[in-house]
This record gives sequence, structure tokens and C-alpha cells, in this order.
Amino acid sequence: MIIKITYAIISVLVAIIYGLSLNGVVRKIYARVHGRFGPPVWQPFVDIIKTHGKSVAISHGIMYYLGPVFRLAGGLGTYLFIPVIFGSVVFSNFSMAGDLLLVMYFIFFGQLGMALGAGEGGHPYSPIGISRGLSQMTTFEVPFALSVIAIAIQYNTLNITTIVAAQQGGILNWTLFTNPLAVVAAMISMLGMNMHSPFSIVLAPQEIPIGPPIEMNSSFLATLQTNRGLFGAAKLVLFMNLYFGGAAHPNIFVALAIMIVKTFLIYMFSVFVGAAFPRFRPEQSMRFFLKWPTLIGIAAIIIVAYF
Amino acid sequence: MKKKDINKIEQEMKLANSGLSEKEKTLFSNARPAPVKPLNKYLEKFLNWARAESLWILGYGTGCGAIELRPLMTSRFDIFRYGIAPRPTPRQSSVFIIGGYASLKTIKRIVRSYEQMQGPKFVIALGSCTINGGMYYDSYYTINRIDHYIPVDIYVAGCMPRPESLIAGFDKLKENIKAGECDGMNRYAENFDWYKNNQKKIIKDWDMPDYNW
Repeated sequence: MIIKITYAIISVLVAIIYGLSLNGVVRKIYARVHGRFGPPVWQPFVDIIKTHGKSVAISHGIMYYLGPVFRLAGGLGTYLFIPVIFGSVVFSNFSMAGDLLLVMYFIFFGQLGMALGAGEGGHPYSPIGISRGLSQMTTFEVPFALSVIAIAIQYNTLNITTIVAAQQGGILNWTLFTNPLAVVAAMISMLGMNMHSPFSIVLAPQEIPIGPPIEMNSSFLATLQTNRGLFGAAKLVLFMNLYFGGAAHPNIFVALAIMIVKTFLIYMFSVFVGAAFPRFRPEQSMRFFLKWPTLIGIAAIIIVAYF
Repeated sequence: MKKKDINKIEQEMKLANSGLSEKEKTLFSNARPAPVKPLNKYLEKFLNWARAESLWILGYGTGCGAIELRPLMTSRFDIFRYGIAPRPTPRQSSVFIIGGYASLKTIKRIVRSYEQMQGPKFVIALGSCTINGGMYYDSYYTINRIDHYIPVDIYVAGCMPRPESLIAGFDKLKENIKAGECDGMNRYAENFDWYKNNQKKIIKDWDMPDYNW
């Protein structure tokens, strides 16, 4: 049990460091698109140290304290039930039967906790951001859930480890090639999940100055920043496992390298779309998710179930 | 009574918040700001390094100098290279740039925003009009010296200063933070009554709490 917990801590630390570095690299890429040099790659780490090092912290009540805690719990819960590297003891986390449903629940859980916490901050922009966030989340969960149902039918299981195992033995075994429609629906839904533009309606800095966390300061904000790294990494690893064959290699470092390359490329889809398109209005974003990706998701289920 | 004791009593005294109605008084804190002691030597040094390398600007253009911040943040001067970024809320930012002249209407918002920032917080006064009034020295509606109302760490003189001089100001600010010399928040807390007196002298419609936590 103690060994398992030690492994989980190592795994979480690796995910946080990877997620934050990825954020740093992505900021650099965006800066290059703007024709700037951009902040150093390690800037997210310095930012977290600084926000933790603030000497004063204002709180607005108990739920305000719990908001960032729930958010981090959501990130941890999402990450800890996803096997990061197929066949590795250290990075298998707490994967078990039916963990896919649990992970999908945890993706939502953090947002709900944050909604309660940010609401107590009392700033009018918080509830606006939250209502935008929750409604957008509800809509992009639809194509994602349809896609998950499609691959659950395809592989006849809700266990992520089994799904990864079924994709081993060559690139053509990946869900990407065995069930392309489900992957398309999920990748479009991932655009909303990563909240880059055009779906950056929640943090929208020029409209509702960063939305829900507007009152979050000092350590509260640092917790949210940490979670951003962890949760970002967790979502990418989930997508890699479900659709792109997971990361499997007898050597743990090679497997980690495979994981990093794959998740980086998956993330780049979001970044390229984000760098190229301006922001949607909230209702445009929600309508978008309920139209094409949803239809594609339904088509994926029909094809898997009847053909 | 000794002076020390009087000071202590004053410190413990609650703020009157006389600008608020009875109903509003229950909604706001009436505690006084207190100076914060530095942590142990090495930890404080490390944190000061982090504070200097990650400066978040409060995105509130207070005067005409704010126009200089746009080229600073975009590709021409790219302030992000130095770990400096704009932040849309006072709660999360650590640097307040007073962009030139402050009218009486603005100084009220400046005080409010400054007090809402979480310490350690730094103030850069941009342009001559923040130092001695500049070309607005005899204006009926513009204050002459910003450091009578909030503590200032760095002055960038000029009318208007170029973005390069603002970058030089940031460099100096970083040096001072790393040396542990930027204690504007503590100065404000120690001389709270003096600052408050000055502010109340010119802000006639004082309808906010005495300290905006």
C-alpha cells in the first residue's frame, strides 16, 4: 500500500512538472505566432512560487477556501485513475474496472467545486464566467460522451487499461484508425476542454477579466495554477490512452518519452486552432458543440453498433 | 502614557468607516492593515527572487502614460521576456503602474485598487506629473505628488517616457526587490493615518471603507 502511494506521488509530481512545462512551451509558441519572443519556458514555475510567496491572502469564507481544493481534487482524481504508461507499475496509478466513467465524472467535479468557491468571492464576473463555463462544459461533454460510448461498444469495456491493451501491436490498431469518427468527435470536444480560443469564453481576459478565479489570490491562485498543469496533463494522457494507442515500452524512460511526444502533438491540435481563430461568443460556442461534433459522435456509435 | 503604548492602542483601534452607511458597515472589514515581518533570511531571499522574476501588472491605465504600455506588451518591446505580464484583477497583480497624471476622480480608484492588491505590492510612477505635477502642476483637478497618497517604489521621469525607460524602471525595480528594499506595503501600513489623512483631504465624496481589504 505504501509503495502504491509512493508511486502515485511520483506519478503526480511528474504530471505536474510536465503539465507546467507544456504550458510554458505553449506560451512560447503563442508568442512566436504574435511575433514576440515570449516568456521563458520555466515562467509558470516562477509564477507559482511567487503566488505561494505572497505575504497576505484575503479569504471570503469557507466555500472560497474549498473552491481551489475541490478544483485540485478534481485534477488529482482525474489523473490518479488514468494509467499513464501501459504495463508500468509506477505509472499505472489506481486504474481499475470502470475507471473511464469515474474519470469522466472527475473532469466535471472540479468545475462544480470551483463554481461554488468562486461564487462566494462575490465579484460579478465570477458567476458570469461560471455560467459560461458550466454551460460550455455541458455541451462539449455531449460529443465526448458519445465518443466514449462508441469506443466502449467497440472494445466492450469501460476499463482504460483494457482499451489501451486492445490498441497494442501496430499503429493501425489505434482507435484513430479503427474508429475514426469517434476520434474526430472527441478531438473537437477536446478543443473546448482545453479552453483555447475559439472556445476561450470562460477565462476571456478582455471580456470578463479572467472570469471565475477573478477574486482568487495568493495561495488560492497558486493551487489553481498547479491544478492547471496537472489537469491539463491528465486530459492529454486520457486522450492518448483512448484514441492514440497509449504509451507502452519495456523501458520506462522510452515509454515516458513516447507519452510526452504523443501528448504534445495532441495538444498542438488545440494550440494551432487557438492561434488561428478568434474567440466565439458563448452561444456560438455552445451551438457549435451541439451541431457537428454531436452528429459525428452519433454516427460513430451507429457505425460501431450496426456495421 | 508612553508613545509606544499609544501606538499600540492606535494599532488595535478599529477603523471608523465613517463614509459608509450603517447597513454597509456590516459588509466591510474595519481592521487596520498591519506591517508584515519578513520570513527567515534565505527563504525570503528566494521568494524575493521569484517576486522579481514574475511581476504581474495591474491592467488599469490610470493616465495618458497607459498608452506606453501597449507597445511594451506587444511585439515591438515584448515585456513578457522579462517575466512581466498584465493581469486583469488587482487581487492577483503585484505591480501598479500609475500612468501619469492622476485626477481626483482617478485617485479614488487608485487608492481602492492599491489597497485591494495583495502584498508584497510595488508601485511604479510613470511620467513627470506623478513626481511634481508636470505640465498639470497648477490644474485644479489634478494631484501633484502621487507619493502623498500611496507609497511609490520607482519613478520613471519624462513626458512621456519611452517604453525603453519603463523597461529600465522595471530593471531597477527588480534589483530593489531582490535586495529586499521594496517595502511599500509596510510603509503604507506604518504610516496609515498620514496617508489616509492626505487622501481624505482631497477626496470629498468618500463613500468607501477606510481600508479596502
